Amino acid sequence: MRSSRRNFLKITGLSLLGIGVRPVLEALGANGSPRFVKSPARLVGKRWAMAIRLGKCPDDCRDCIAACHLVHNVPDFGNPKDEVKWIWNEPFQDVFPGQGNSYLYPDWGKRSVVVLCNHCDHPPCVRVCPTKATFKREEDGIVMMDYHRCIGCRFCIAGCPYGARSMNYRDPRPFIKKINPNFPTRTKGVVEKCNFCAERLVLGLRPACVEACKEKVLDFGDLGNSQSEIQKVLRAQFSIRRKPELGTQPQVFYLV
Amino acid sequence: MLEKALIGSRRYWGWVGFLILVVGIGFFFYLRQLDYGLGITGMSRDVTWALYIAQFTFLVGVAASAVMLVLPYYLHDYKVFGKITILGEFLAISSVIMCLTFVIVDLGQPARALNLLLYPSPSSILFWDMIVLSGYLLLNIVIGWSVLGAEKNSVPPPGWVKPIIYLSIPWAISIHTVTAFIYSGLPGRSFWLTALMAPRFLASAFASGPAFLILLCFIIRRFTRFHVGKEPIQMLAKIVTYAMVISVFFLLMEIFTVFYSQIPEHMHHFVYCFAGLHGHQELVPWMWAFVILAAVSLVLLINPRTRGNEGLLAVACVAVFASLWIEKGIGLVVAGFTPSPLQKVTGYFPTGPEVAITLGVWALGLLVLTFLYKIAIFVREEMEA
Repeated sequence: MRSSRRNFLKITGLSLLGIGVRPVLEALGANGSPRFVKSPARLVGKRWAMAIRLGKCPDDCRDCIAACHLVHNVPDFGNPKDEVKWIWNEPFQDVFPGQGNSYLYPDWGKRSVVVLCNHCDHPPCVRVCPTKATFKREEDGIVMMDYHRCIGCRFCIAGCPYGARSMNYRDPRPFIKKINPNFPTRTKGVVEKCNFCAERLVLGLRPACVEACKEKVLDFGDLGNSQSEIQKVLRAQFSIRRKPELGTQPQVFYLV
Repeated sequence: MLEKALIGSRRYWGWVGFLILVVGIGFFFYLRQLDYGLGITGMSRDVTWALYIAQFTFLVGVAASAVMLVLPYYLHDYKVFGKITILGEFLAISSVIMCLTFVIVDLGQPARALNLLLYPSPSSILFWDMIVLSGYLLLNIVIGWSVLGAEKNSVPPPGWVKPIIYLSIPWAISIHTVTAFIYSGLPGRSFWLTALMAPRFLASAFASGPAFLILLCFIIRRFTRFHVGKEPIQMLAKIVTYAMVISVFFLLMEIFTVFYSQIPEHMHHFVYCFAGLHGHQELVPWMWAFVILAAVSLVLLINPRTRGNEGLLAVACVAVFASLWIEKGIGLVVAGFTPSPLQKVTGYFPTGPEVAITLGVWALGLLVLTFLYKIAIFVREEMEA
């Protein structure tokens, strides 16, 4: 008799639980809840790359830099020590050390060249990162960062042979002139760099620097597609890359 | 045994109090660094590692040098080192504690330090360095403590500790090799990109560590009744001599390769060190001080008469320690970043808070060292009495 009373209570309990579980399951399985959907408009590529026409940048033009730094909430600390930059200008002879010489075609050594992260095929920054906060996205080759995982050890900065990375030595937020709410701001103590506008590609937009350039100096496209515009450009014109001898396989090409 | 560290003279407590004060000042500035960010230091976009990581690198060497006592004593049964091996092991413990603290202090986001364990990345040398350093710390704590405990009770050390001691020998080599790999495996940093980096690190470690140990022995002899004896100190002095000669030899090898090959990217860093580059001469006085101190130490060490004179030996040891501290604790890291990959020379000067934090970490290490030595000396004094 005692046993059957216990069974009765067990069955009652299970039944109540069953009644209670259904709404929970329904709520979880509901169709209206937010889900991750890839936009049909997104740009798809196997290997994103950039081509930059050397010597075509007008002096003092900073359109691409301004556009990039605006959409990515890049702070301006106003001093070179703490500087954060994703894309900027450097003299030709410093971008291609050893290529400068005194007979170079009019002032080429001092002509400014656009530099940014090369999104290397063999990125040393990814190799040295102790937390995998920097990683190469397998689907399209973009070298990206998880700002929430980075511990700020700066090993990647030591590892990058191109000086493409910046450390947030201070809280960047007060130094962002106009915050773009569609892109995260960073916190102090993490490293950052160009992300080839991964956040724009998913919306079907080309990188901000490419769109901002009126002189059509910058080309962006998919090297994984043999019909792509960038492949045609690279086949048609001679190009060089920064420090190719290091074997990092940069995906930013400079058209001569 | 730990309670023995709490019994001491007024002078002992004065020294401990002083160290705690320096640690406290360092901690105060560390809190400010946490609040403001690493921008409170002299580090910049171009020179992204500096004083902290350089101290870390130098102290890994001091830690590894314990093997110069452990190896002759345990592997070759060189009895002369019997009395002071424990001092080497305890020096290793406090050095590794300083190393780990310097790494934490250098992180931009120290609260996320455990990401190193949450997302282990075997491709990163920093991951391996964390493993070998914490392993080495553990090995030395276990070895030092069990050996000293056995001595206190006048029994031979337990049998299980022998294999651990043998393991600690290659392990000591590994900590400085892996630390050298942090630098020597980076493309585009030509100052560090040399296979000689690990051997150079080890040679300078085996000079600076034992030199520091000799100085510590002199201090112990002066302030306690524990008599170290002349013989182990003279043997250590020979080790310092050879290691210092090899260390300088290795550096000259680098200089030959760099300047005979005339590859600009490789030369720039050395030119910046010894002559200055683009009008920047921050490192020049330091590097020439290194040269002079190294030369003085070699003269005093190689000559057997000056080496045998304990007063001059102390001078030589100070010169060895100071010169190698300049070379590794200042020059190596900063010069590796200068000029930058874009040929820029950004001057680096440590800031006040940065120096205070650095001194604080050193004081923390010396505090641990003081406590550990106090315990070891207490046991020794008891045995000798």
